[in-house]
Amino acid sequence: MIIGAPAHDPFERDRGGPATPLLTVKGLLKHFPIRGGALGRVQAHVRAVDGVDFEVMKGETLGVVGESGCGKSTTARLLLSLIDPTAGEVFFDGMKVGSPELSLKEFRRQTQMVFQDSYSSLNPRLTIEASIAFAPQVHGVPKREAVARARDLLARVGLDPVRFAGRYPHELSGGQRQRVNIARALALQPRLVLLDEAVSALDKSVEAQVLNLLMDLKDEFGLTYLFISHDLNVVRFISDRVMVMYLGQVAEIGPSDVVFDRACHPYTTALLSSMPSIDPDHRTMEAPLAGDPPNPINPPSGCRFHTRCSFVEQVCSSVQPRLTEAGPQHEAACLMVVPGSGHSKAPVGTGVAA
Amino acid sequence: MLVYLARRVVYTIPILLGVSLVCFALVHIAPGDPLVSVLPPDASAELQAQLRALYGFDQPYIVQFLRWLGRALQGDLGTSIASGRSVTTEVVTAVGYTLRIAVLATLIGFFFGSLFGFVAGYYRGSAMDRIASFVSVLGVSVPHYWLGMVLVIIFAAILGWLPPTGKGDESSLWESFRHMILPAVTMSVIPMGIVARTVRALVADILSQEFVVGLRAKGLTDAGIFRHVVKNAAPTALAVMGLQLGYLLGGSILIETVFSWPGTGFVLNNAIFQRDLPLLQGTILVLALFFVILNLLVDMLQTALDPRIQRS
Amino acid sequence: MAALAQHTLAAPAPAEKADGYWIGVWRRLRRDPVAMVALAVIVALILMAILAPYLAPADPLRGQSLRRLRPIGTAGFPLGTDELGRDMLSRLIWGARLSLFMGITPVILAFFVGSAIGITAGYAGGRVGTVIMRTIDVFYAFPSVLLAVALSGALGSGTGNALVSLTVVFVPQIARVAEAVTTQVRQRDYVEAARASGAGPVTIVRVHVLGNVLGPIFVYATSLISVSMILASGLSFLGLGVQPPNPEWGLMLNTLRTAIYVQPWLAALPGVMIFFTSIAFNLLADGLRNAMDVKQ
Repeated sequence: MIIGAPAHDPFERDRGGPATPLLTVKGLLKHFPIRGGALGRVQAHVRAVDGVDFEVMKGETLGVVGESGCGKSTTARLLLSLIDPTAGEVFFDGMKVGSPELSLKEFRRQTQMVFQDSYSSLNPRLTIEASIAFAPQVHGVPKREAVARARDLLARVGLDPVRFAGRYPHELSGGQRQRVNIARALALQPRLVLLDEAVSALDKSVEAQVLNLLMDLKDEFGLTYLFISHDLNVVRFISDRVMVMYLGQVAEIGPSDVVFDRACHPYTTALLSSMPSIDPDHRTMEAPLAGDPPNPINPPSGCRFHTRCSFVEQVCSSVQPRLTEAGPQHEAACLMVVPGSGHSKAPVGTGVAA
Repeated sequence: MLVYLARRVVYTIPILLGVSLVCFALVHIAPGDPLVSVLPPDASAELQAQLRALYGFDQPYIVQFLRWLGRALQGDLGTSIASGRSVTTEVVTAVGYTLRIAVLATLIGFFFGSLFGFVAGYYRGSAMDRIASFVSVLGVSVPHYWLGMVLVIIFAAILGWLPPTGKGDESSLWESFRHMILPAVTMSVIPMGIVARTVRALVADILSQEFVVGLRAKGLTDAGIFRHVVKNAAPTALAVMGLQLGYLLGGSILIETVFSWPGTGFVLNNAIFQRDLPLLQGTILVLALFFVILNLLVDMLQTALDPRIQRS
Repeated sequence: MAALAQHTLAAPAPAEKADGYWIGVWRRLRRDPVAMVALAVIVALILMAILAPYLAPADPLRGQSLRRLRPIGTAGFPLGTDELGRDMLSRLIWGARLSLFMGITPVILAFFVGSAIGITAGYAGGRVGTVIMRTIDVFYAFPSVLLAVALSGALGSGTGNALVSLTVVFVPQIARVAEAVTTQVRQRDYVEAARASGAGPVTIVRVHVLGNVLGPIFVYATSLISVSMILASGLSFLGLGVQPPNPEWGLMLNTLRTAIYVQPWLAALPGVMIFFTSIAFNLLADGLRNAMDVKQ
């Protein structure tokens, strides 16, 4: 900490020090009401995100994986308050978002998002440079300076400003548009970037280029990434740690290598075995996931995965497993990990079942 | 589906309430005293106050509205200031006349509109299609009151084949019908263009769908394909027809004026120029209610007929 | 940041400019012969209205009882004279002024009011949006002719009241379209991205929503001008709009009704003007819709 700087200055780059997580999420919850009947009353809730806790450390890339509908994208949108959470708290560098210490607007300046659909995420009526310069202008940067910054960022994401600044989105390819979106996200000089399926819609060759660009930019600007994707190969490539989500809850979280090589949660194992791999050593004999995930309106009781799990036992339908330590920095929400949970494969532990 | 239908009915209630509020307000946006046309010019203040109390104009608006609505629900729309007769009676009689030509016009418009639309959609891109499309633009662009005049000029003034105006001798079915032809044909132009456009789009869309291509590949005859097209296009086309009938009921005023046809338009015209506000209010309320309820019925019928329609 | 700005300021190369959206629309519209003919007709009508004092051979208001209802082709009166002996050609030319004004003005007014209401409802969404749209639905529940006649009937005859009535008729229709397109645009990721960058609703609507919704609303509004022309002249035809002796096509049609047995074709002339104007606006609106309906 620089001596003399006010302790609560949110503009200070690293306030809490390297040990404070950049992002801490506590009990994040989003239930969408389902209306029905003749009077349109609320009849049920979709539990899109159902009690999620996690941390993102400074400078790391946290990968988030899961099937579609597991709440990955909703989580990202909740973080930025693009949709209002039903419950939960978000801390940024130790400061509570929405508190006098850190306003939502300031948090949004420091946290930016890149969306999946590169076309829909650029205003078709604005030139590329105007799209990028928009956010800085919102935060009071004079237009001339904002445009200069936009052009510089275009160059940094590999697009020649002379050729691209005055163009409209429809004149660009998908990969080029996604580069523009990344430049747009960086225009506010954020510390955290949420990448929501940011490379999923791209061709494989373009995807690799954009991934490399993301890695370079991360080093160049000292960024932290929350990288959401359904593509496990990509997540493994880019992430330091991985969080696996299932039906709005965290199933497993841990260092990338550990989760990919020694997964504890049967869901993770199943997900990994459905992952296409050309390496024969990585082929598993586990049955891949069958069918669709259950309906998030009325999720299964107990462990949410028990309806599709090959290790299911009686206890799984009644006891909901908590995230439990399975190794260094590695946690899983499975009764086979929780000591003394009653599952036959659980460690006969000293701990008390949740 | 039942839930959807129920919700559709429930949703109509506030609309009906709003519509009656607008009709009620009509009298109060009118400039001047609503009593001015019944009061003798030299009426004493006492008499004015008496009449005001009699018509309830001395009450606050909300009380007036609730009273008026309560009476309207029992079928009492007040008394015509000009004729002194019950508004309900006058409106019901007029609606009967309007319905006659509106139904006839809808049938004519639907028949020819579907025919044009079908041919245009079936031979999409051909000269027939372009002619039919242009005719339907003419249909929606024509000032129908002028078309009515032109028809009168041709068939009554020049050729003398049909009577120009009025309802004719009602004891003679033939005479009545002859008087209905010109107004109904004029009116039929309004739905014709819209039905033609809708049917053309529907037919072209159905023909480009895979199941029709598949049926053709299986060697189904043109007649078989025709049946398929009709079956799939009918619900939407019928819905459009139903809605058009509603428009015609409410939109007949100009045509009825041209032909001096004693329907709702005629009544409205009189009510406006004699400043007969209760009659104006009552006629408009009845026509708007007709329109809203017709919309509701069409919507429900369409849902019932076409299970593919997803409503949420 | 300072270095960052310097980098580009040092090399202020002119960026390659792409054509804006409206230039593209105009280029496509120009290739549509039907729409261009329609546009030419409309421009001609507007010029006729503006230049009426120079084009009209006679005073449209002064008539002579001795030369009433002369047929088309009479020497000195190429389109004949009306029931008060006024020159028809002059009245038709002058009539363009009031007829076009009465037809176009309500749509312009309704475009502003309806867009404001619809965009507000669409962007706000939720309860506010629902309340606004339900109120709009009430007015939508009246057939347009009925609502126009009811309102101007209650307000009383006159051009001002007719304009107000017609505007009220078109506001709900435009508001509905505005609400629908705004709701669509609001769900686009660029609006989410703008919110995520901390921009307030007014800024987002100004920069990101307006440019994307005004086009479709505008096209819809042009398609209403044709209806509005017919309705406006219709109100005058009923005696509710423009008042005699002013020349207006609908009103002329009404006063000439009595003459259909004497000079049938003469009586139909003002309607031909309404018909042509209405067709031209309809075809232009169709062309505009096609020119804008290009997936970019």
